[in-house]
Amino acid sequence: MSQLPLMFLLPLTFLLPLAGTLILALSRGRLNARASMVVGVASVGLAALVTALVGWKFQVSGDTSVDMTLWTWLSVGDFQPTIGLHLDGLSLTMLGVITGVGFLIHLFAAWYMQGESGITRFYAYMNLFVFSMILLVLGDNLLLLYLGWEGVGLCSYLLIGYYYQTSANGWAAFKAFIVTRLGDVFLAIGLFVLFRALGTLNIAEILTRAPEVWAEGTLEVQLAALLILGGALGKSAQLPLHTWLADAMAGPTPVSALIHAATMVTAGVYLIARLHGIFELAPMVLYLVGLIGALTLLMAGFAALAQTDIKRVLAYSTMSQIGYMFLALGVGAYDAAIFHLMTHAFFKALLFLSAGAVIVSCHHEQDMRRLGGLWRRLPLAYAGFVVGGAALAALPLVTAGFYSKDEIIWEAWAAGDGGLVLAGLIGAFLTSLYTLRLIIGTFHGEMKSDNARHAEAGRGLVHGLPLVVLAVLSTFVGAGIHPPLEDVLPSSPGADVHGVGHIVLGLFAAAASLGGLGLAAWLFLKRRRWLADRIADGWGARLWRLWHHAWGFDIVYDRLLVRPYRCLVYVLRNDIIDRLVLVVGWIAWLSHRGLGYTQSGKLRLYAVSMVMGVTVVLIVLVLGS
Amino acid sequence: MTLLWLILIPFAGGLLCWQGERFGDQAPRWIALATMLIELLITLGLWFHGDYHLPQMGTGSEGVRWSMEWQAAWIPRFGISVHLALDGLSLVLIALTGFLGILAVLCSWNEIVRRVGFFHLNLLWILGGVVGVFLAIDLFLLFFFWEMMLVPMYFLIALWGHSGSEGRTRIRAATRFFIYTQASGLLMLVSILGLVFVHHANTGEYSFSYATLMETPLSEGTAMLLMLGFFVAFAVKLPVVPLHGWLPDAHAQAPTAGSVDLAGILLKTAAYGMLRFALPLFPEASQTFAPVAMTLGLVGIFYGALLACGQRDIKRLIAYTSISHMGFVLIGIYAGTELALQGVVMLMVAHAFSAAGLFILSGQLYERLHTRDMREMGGLWGRMGSLPGFSLCFVAASLGMPGTANFIGEFMILFGTFPVAPWTVVIASGGLVLAAIYSLLLMQWVHFGPARGEERFADLDSREYLMMLSLLGLVLLFGLYPQPLLDTTGAAMLEVQHLFGAVAPSTIPPTGAP
Repeated sequence: MSQLPLMFLLPLTFLLPLAGTLILALSRGRLNARASMVVGVASVGLAALVTALVGWKFQVSGDTSVDMTLWTWLSVGDFQPTIGLHLDGLSLTMLGVITGVGFLIHLFAAWYMQGESGITRFYAYMNLFVFSMILLVLGDNLLLLYLGWEGVGLCSYLLIGYYYQTSANGWAAFKAFIVTRLGDVFLAIGLFVLFRALGTLNIAEILTRAPEVWAEGTLEVQLAALLILGGALGKSAQLPLHTWLADAMAGPTPVSALIHAATMVTAGVYLIARLHGIFELAPMVLYLVGLIGALTLLMAGFAALAQTDIKRVLAYSTMSQIGYMFLALGVGAYDAAIFHLMTHAFFKALLFLSAGAVIVSCHHEQDMRRLGGLWRRLPLAYAGFVVGGAALAALPLVTAGFYSKDEIIWEAWAAGDGGLVLAGLIGAFLTSLYTLRLIIGTFHGEMKSDNARHAEAGRGLVHGLPLVVLAVLSTFVGAGIHPPLEDVLPSSPGADVHGVGHIVLGLFAAAASLGGLGLAAWLFLKRRRWLADRIADGWGARLWRLWHHAWGFDIVYDRLLVRPYRCLVYVLRNDIIDRLVLVVGWIAWLSHRGLGYTQSGKLRLYAVSMVMGVTVVLIVLVLGS
Repeated sequence: MTLLWLILIPFAGGLLCWQGERFGDQAPRWIALATMLIELLITLGLWFHGDYHLPQMGTGSEGVRWSMEWQAAWIPRFGISVHLALDGLSLVLIALTGFLGILAVLCSWNEIVRRVGFFHLNLLWILGGVVGVFLAIDLFLLFFFWEMMLVPMYFLIALWGHSGSEGRTRIRAATRFFIYTQASGLLMLVSILGLVFVHHANTGEYSFSYATLMETPLSEGTAMLLMLGFFVAFAVKLPVVPLHGWLPDAHAQAPTAGSVDLAGILLKTAAYGMLRFALPLFPEASQTFAPVAMTLGLVGIFYGALLACGQRDIKRLIAYTSISHMGFVLIGIYAGTELALQGVVMLMVAHAFSAAGLFILSGQLYERLHTRDMREMGGLWGRMGSLPGFSLCFVAASLGMPGTANFIGEFMILFGTFPVAPWTVVIASGGLVLAAIYSLLLMQWVHFGPARGEERFADLDSREYLMMLSLLGLVLLFGLYPQPLLDTTGAAMLEVQHLFGAVAPSTIPPTGAP
């Protein structure tokens, strides 16, 4: 009976945001902006409170996991997916991030969105997003997880295209949905493979049955793992399905903070960690996960160096940081990946919200080339950028990012993969470089436009509280939160290895990070003019363009996929097959016309044809006899 | 007798509507509404009181069992009788007919102003014909009702339709519809007669009875030929590419109620026909033919989706998406596993709701904008009250968003087909991406983008709002708890699976679970 309250509380975590969505969606314009804000923020706030209670009860109970089935979704033969929840350390960690960070972002959005039209719509989508995301992490079977998975995709689409009157935003949303859907199709096929082989979609059962049915490295399990990876790549914006994330910045900045930094894009990491049993059976695919992570973190790191839009820098940095998480997954350090997921949620949300503060204060100016010198005018946003940037750059000892990133590099080393370690270190160097470039470009130097010169700092608790809380969490305080993952995920390769190696490697990582900061300070403060000349022409300019367009993936995909598709649509648009079928009709019509000529009404013609007919018949008769 | 009433009520109601016009334009509308309400209530009553959990059939040798049956002699000399029977499958489809019939009446409330009585006569007679098809298990009677649906539909398009651009007149569309379905009906008649004659040659007596003819032993070649006759007849109605040409024209030119009936119910008679007649009557031939049918289904999925992307007329776009969705249905039918067949029923119902929703919405758009050309739309979000929000929901349903009934249907088909034909499923899954493309293109062209003007259009009135909300409610209800529906059709589908699966070339091994 001690379970009863938990059983009651757990569904509340997602029912509250759902209730928020329904109230807002069915209000038909009867709620004013303020009421909508209250409903939208309160629903997620209450969900965060409930989550805290759930976490407390869960810890007190001492169980490793709690399962509850709300109802059987459908049941046909063996196919019996349920609407069932599964709470364990992993889902609790995710739940905490989603509702906790989610609440702070909802709160901040109340400041960010004030004066905009369509607040009701905004909060309805945001609440729906939180609802779907919670179902994604709580679902005890893959079909329910898939519901959340697609649900967050839809919300992401709606929120990217929130400012619908600009066509470009609509197309960015369109692109995000289609690219991630491509990944989702792989995931769906993965589900078909899993269900055929294992006869269940329940995650716990999959993890127990998989080793019984499959030997390590069999083709089918590799295929299943590869397909699941495909889904994860789409949602988490990893190579080669990463192109949508930078464009997704078209949405309001709190959306970028919540969906495209803190929660949804990390769903792929969650998925792989959740299904680690499948990946353990497919070591080659698991290695591929790490490789893709390493490649993505480098690719995105270079791309972030050459962006001028604040939000695009942050977008590429998100890609790069998720690359770190994939790298960690690839070496089997699942807990390190989840730990980095959590700290990343704190400091990236902080960075995005601070960016939001800058953008609103500067009258929706978000190009670094037209900002600068804002640190005096926007002290809180500046502080947010400095703390968040330090965590992103993994400044040793004082930041949360240092502890999580250091652990990832150490695990890669312990797994004995020198290449991944090197990628991690280079990535850390790049991260420091672009982070400091971002801060200097935005807050230092002279103010480069009227929008910057007339910046007005945000005021009020709604604006300040989320920034302060997230800033505290981005420091070593955040690193002190230890996700209770021991019972859920297998221990990582570095868990049993101790020694000076870790410290030496930590020093290397710190050196990479500090080296990057130093180089950035020297380049962007002292050698500004020199740098500008280098990228003005020649090789520098080409490199800049290559990185600015993120290695040109968009152009390649456009030529390879989009244009041929549009061409095909254009060629087919008048229904060619139907035209072919109409040939039958044409033949009928032509023969009708042809025979019609004989009915001319001319007596002479009739007489001639009659005589000819009689002649023919006679000839036939004569010859025939 | 109840079964006979189910058919008679719409026909009688139609006549009343026609005569009721004397009392003003409102009278036929109310009569039609009441008629369809009674129809739906009777069906729901049957649902609650009947038992559709029939005992599991062995191999089908005991013959077919029905939940209700009614028979009266018609032309005894040829063994033709008025033989009606109801099982879970027909019950669900008749309930669907009743519900969509109500919506069809409601959505024509303001749209139809000329010859209101005669319009409702045609509308109700279509529905009566459809109910007849769903109930008839005498093949001659089936043919009778099959042809019966055509004529009122022809009038509906020809008399109350819209003329499109580029010479697409409503008369032309109606004529095409008529010729296509008439020709295909003829093929079906030939096949029915062929089957009857083979039976006559074997036993010396004429019979058009479903149960009797099912026992007829057929040589391989004959069975294939006769099966093809049935298949082509149903393929035209479903429609299967390349026999789909009539559908976009008919949809685009038909009045809203016509489109709702076409997409929601008429297309379903084809899938019903395959499930009820083509597969059980010719299981071996169908099994041999299955790869071809599945390939046709794949072609349909992709061809329909690609063409949908190239349309500018909103109703043509939706019409092509129907072709794409029916490709999934075709694949599921010929996969023949229990899961896939149940998925087919689910997708039929789900597609009826979502397509009806989209067609009603485009009708409402037309009433406000007086155009169906999407190039003249754009930026309508925020200018039309809750219409764009509903569009979004139905677009999400049509792209198979989980939580909607369409997702359940599509995924059950894919899950059920995968063990039988994995590559088919892999390719068909690609159609999910295309579904997202055409669905979101519709949103992008119609509702997003810069607004074309300042003025605001009328919000949905309560009649329109209620219609959309009930449709959406059903889409979500069956998306989250489809079990009542699945339980109702379970026995019927299991029987099809037994008939079809018994002759499978290699029985599917049970899942690998220990």
